Amino acid sequence: MIELIIPAIISCITAFFIVFFMTPPLIKFLEKRNFAVKDMNKKEDVLVVRPGGPALIVGIIASELVLYAFLQLNEILAIIITTSAAFVIGYVDDRKVMGGWFKPVTLAIAAIPIIAFGAYDTGLSFPLFGMVQIPVLYLALIFFMIPITGNTINSIDVLNGVASGFMVIASFSLSICLFIVQNYEIAIVSLPLGFVSLAFYKYHKIPSKIFPGDSGALTLGAMYGAIAIVGGVEIIAAVALLPAVINSFLFLSSVKKIVEHRQVKGTPVDHTDDFRLRATNDKSAPITLVRLILAGGPLSEKQVGFAIFKLTIFSGILAIITAFMMGVTF
Amino acid sequence: MKSGLFGFLFAMWILILLGGGIMVIILGPFTIQQFGEFNWIIASGIKVTIALVLVVAWILILLKLKNWIFRKELKF
Repeated sequence: MIELIIPAIISCITAFFIVFFMTPPLIKFLEKRNFAVKDMNKKEDVLVVRPGGPALIVGIIASELVLYAFLQLNEILAIIITTSAAFVIGYVDDRKVMGGWFKPVTLAIAAIPIIAFGAYDTGLSFPLFGMVQIPVLYLALIFFMIPITGNTINSIDVLNGVASGFMVIASFSLSICLFIVQNYEIAIVSLPLGFVSLAFYKYHKIPSKIFPGDSGALTLGAMYGAIAIVGGVEIIAAVALLPAVINSFLFLSSVKKIVEHRQVKGTPVDHTDDFRLRATNDKSAPITLVRLILAGGPLSEKQVGFAIFKLTIFSGILAIITAFMMGVTF
Repeated sequence: MKSGLFGFLFAMWILILLGGGIMVIILGPFTIQQFGEFNWIIASGIKVTIALVLVVAWILILLKLKNWIFRKELKF
């Protein structure tokens, strides 16, 4: 445990400061290239550049390579390759609009390095009841997990600062849980995810200077899923991710098929005269987490963001309770 | 609304705990002996089917819960 402290500190500093110092020049570069989109939740015509994914992936790769130099774990290589593949998939989607099938299928393929490196255990651990061995089912779970976590984070990237702020809370909760279940090496490996998200949040928070884009959101989500698999904490990771899972669940249960957000008809949320967000009564529009939060009345973008963060903190606490329950069996 | 969302989160967590229990109790000790070298693949197929049934049941329960918890707000 003590010998892990120095690699942990160096990798966390690397993760945070690479994203912190790389994002401003990336913003200038994207502004020059005119890679900007309108911020739909601002009264004025505000253009925000995207994607921020390149800064995030450089921070992740550099910090994980630092850890690999110290620990030489195959799990780290599996995480780096899967996350990098997710970044490339997201970057392609940022540059060229792809069909609804593109991200789920390609993200499933991105999970192959986890299997190739043997960086998984075929048992699924549940709190209170113990572990169940499901060798074949677990392989299928790996192919499902990366598309689910990637797209789940992507689907919650709807307001300024929400995706990065959400990942800060969820990933640090997951790291705490990995320490609780005494998986110290993967706990250290998971820390850079929280630190790159924290550094990116500085530029992504309201008013956003940069959006993560699909490349950023898929990078964060895929790395989260990969950590959950190699750390053997799939159930705990799902609990920490519950607000985003609810968002995807509400969306899918109202739309009843897998579609890109841009293909959805109807407007779930519009604006009041003072440009606060308001839930519409449009029956053709999907139900989303933001729409449910706004069902009680109009709120500012910042208030909705904080409501999502409160829900994420609550699910993070539930994840930590779940981690403590892992050691208890009937 | 917010308390409803916290309640929905909590209900999902309880369902995950219960679902996990059912998985361990039903799938954990499940084995087949009659098919020789095909035992593991048939057992895995049955385990996958049971898991899928559990997931579908989990989704249906969540849909009912969602409609019950948000019955006042879900005018849209």
